[in-house]
Amino acid sequence: MVSKTVKVVNAQGMHMRPAGMIVAEMKKFPGCNTLLKVNGKDVKATAVMQIMAAGIKCGSEVEIVCDGEGENEALEAVAGLFESGFGE
Amino acid sequence: MNIMKKYMGKGVCGAIAIGSAHVFKRSEAVVKRERTDDCEGEKARFESAKAKALQQLGEIHQKALKEVGEANAKIFEIHMLMLEDDDYNESVNNIIDSQKVNAEYAVAVTADNFAEMFSSMEDSYMQARAADVKDISNRIIVNLADKGGESAGLPDRMIVCADDLAPSETVLLDKDRVLAFVTARGSSNSHTAILARNMGIPAVIGAGNDFLENIKEGDCIIVDGYTGEVFVSPDSVTLDAMSRRQKEDEEKRQLLQELKGKENVTLDGTRVNIFANIGGVENIGAVLLNDAGGIGLFRSEFLYLENGDYPTEEQQFAAYKKVLESMAGKKVIIRTLDIGADKKVDYFNLDGEENPALGFRAIRICLARPEIFRTQLRALYRASVYGNLGIMFPMITSVREVERILEICASVREELKAEGLEYSDSVELGVMIETPAAAIISDRLAPIVDFFSVGTNDLTQYTLACDRQNPNLEEFCDTHHEAVLRLIETAAKNAHAGGAWIGICGELAADTELTESFLRMGIDELSVSPAYVLKVRDKVRRTDLSVAK
Repeated sequence: MVSKTVKVVNAQGMHMRPAGMIVAEMKKFPGCNTLLKVNGKDVKATAVMQIMAAGIKCGSEVEIVCDGEGENEALEAVAGLFESGFGE
Repeated sequence: MNIMKKYMGKGVCGAIAIGSAHVFKRSEAVVKRERTDDCEGEKARFESAKAKALQQLGEIHQKALKEVGEANAKIFEIHMLMLEDDDYNESVNNIIDSQKVNAEYAVAVTADNFAEMFSSMEDSYMQARAADVKDISNRIIVNLADKGGESAGLPDRMIVCADDLAPSETVLLDKDRVLAFVTARGSSNSHTAILARNMGIPAVIGAGNDFLENIKEGDCIIVDGYTGEVFVSPDSVTLDAMSRRQKEDEEKRQLLQELKGKENVTLDGTRVNIFANIGGVENIGAVLLNDAGGIGLFRSEFLYLENGDYPTEEQQFAAYKKVLESMAGKKVIIRTLDIGADKKVDYFNLDGEENPALGFRAIRICLARPEIFRTQLRALYRASVYGNLGIMFPMITSVREVERILEICASVREELKAEGLEYSDSVELGVMIETPAAAIISDRLAPIVDFFSVGTNDLTQYTLACDRQNPNLEEFCDTHHEAVLRLIETAAKNAHAGGAWIGICGELAADTELTESFLRMGIDELSVSPAYVLKVRDKVRRTDLSVAK
């Protein structure tokens, strides 16, 4: 299991498009279980509606936890999305 | 044999259409709770309806990619991810298993629960996502109800009949097959009306609820965009007469086509520019087809309205560059962001207002949120090297505002220069004259700008204290009111005295009853919907200003 804490830098927070980008990325790692820990909640990184419903705003800290096959690559990929501000 | 019925509305785009009705409904299937012992069977039905929904969304996504671009098509991709969402699917399957109910009911309950979760969030953007959940769920429910057999193909040349249409709903209409629009509600300023004008096809707005209740799919229907008449199931006499009128009308249009390439000059030699108003890159074809001399109003809102988030500088730059290049050196006047009031964008998170037309909108938002404004200005200036650009600012009420805008423009230019990015030195800067305040102080505005553009729709609404969205007020909204015309005349006089030129870009510019008055006031440019360019040219060429009035 690997984990990393990142900060949400895109101004709009985790709205539809970023949530969709995470889920699309996770499809590349079917053997890896990934959770986003934020505001004391565990959110599955494969569940687009959970991510949106978590109301993650700009400035929030998110701990990404990956467990399973390809966990290092998955962690890097998801953390990369957050750090790039989801291309915004 | 059906009996002919006649309805009256407001015709918004002259032309006559005859075709079969397509009733546009937001299909909300009624869902019944039914007990079942075949849970596995229901789960399989759900899976196959979902698979079909995914395929449909895939097709819509492809169509949207072609028509509205990648950024705007993204929503359908996310809808597909929502359909595949684990929690959503688990919930549907659980309800089928635990309550032993039909798939329709399980989907409907799941949709309500998820929609409720979004509705209860604080963020208004997230609240609005409840509609997305309902939308995808409704698609599955409709698919579940479909007893095999693809949904019957839409008529080839259809007349779209609807309550009213949202801009997003028009994405799904095949624009080559729409002959006309008829809506039950809405005023002549509704989205449907604006769209019809842009597409140059006839429309009748506000035909009444009776119309929508009685119209059936496939009914033969005649739409007269000149008179506002709609005939459903016409008798043979009416059908013959209207077919004849349609033919005459087309011949007249043909004649107008012959005016292409001719100059906009009156009998006594007065020249005027006739430009076109457009709302998006896809309308450039119509501008060129109708031989407009330039673009007098390019509404930049579409970049914001069709996007799920603030459009980036690059996105905007690409759109502006495309318009400028397509117009090949002809004038293109782009209006900066004009949202608020009747044009809302979720992600701006604007508070609701009692009186939005008098509220936080257009330049007021831009000056309060300079980062949004600067992004747009940077994109505009960067694109300016690709053509002949004018930038105009909406909702101006004071000299101080304009001075601030000019300061911001200067600082954007300096910033680009410092970054080594190119921009044109000949970009003209102008202001909209759409508030009585701007018209009254136009003597002070003219010396500091390059041009004025009169927005007659708002100028009329503000001068006459008449909400233009309210269909009950149409009789009070007298667009030929002397007060409005005097304000335009004042602005024209002051523009020329201060060394600026003046155009009109509101609906009134296309009103040929006023063309002569406008020319006498010294209006330099009339900017109209592409479909009206040649009609106005015809009027100008038959006008003689040397004859005293």
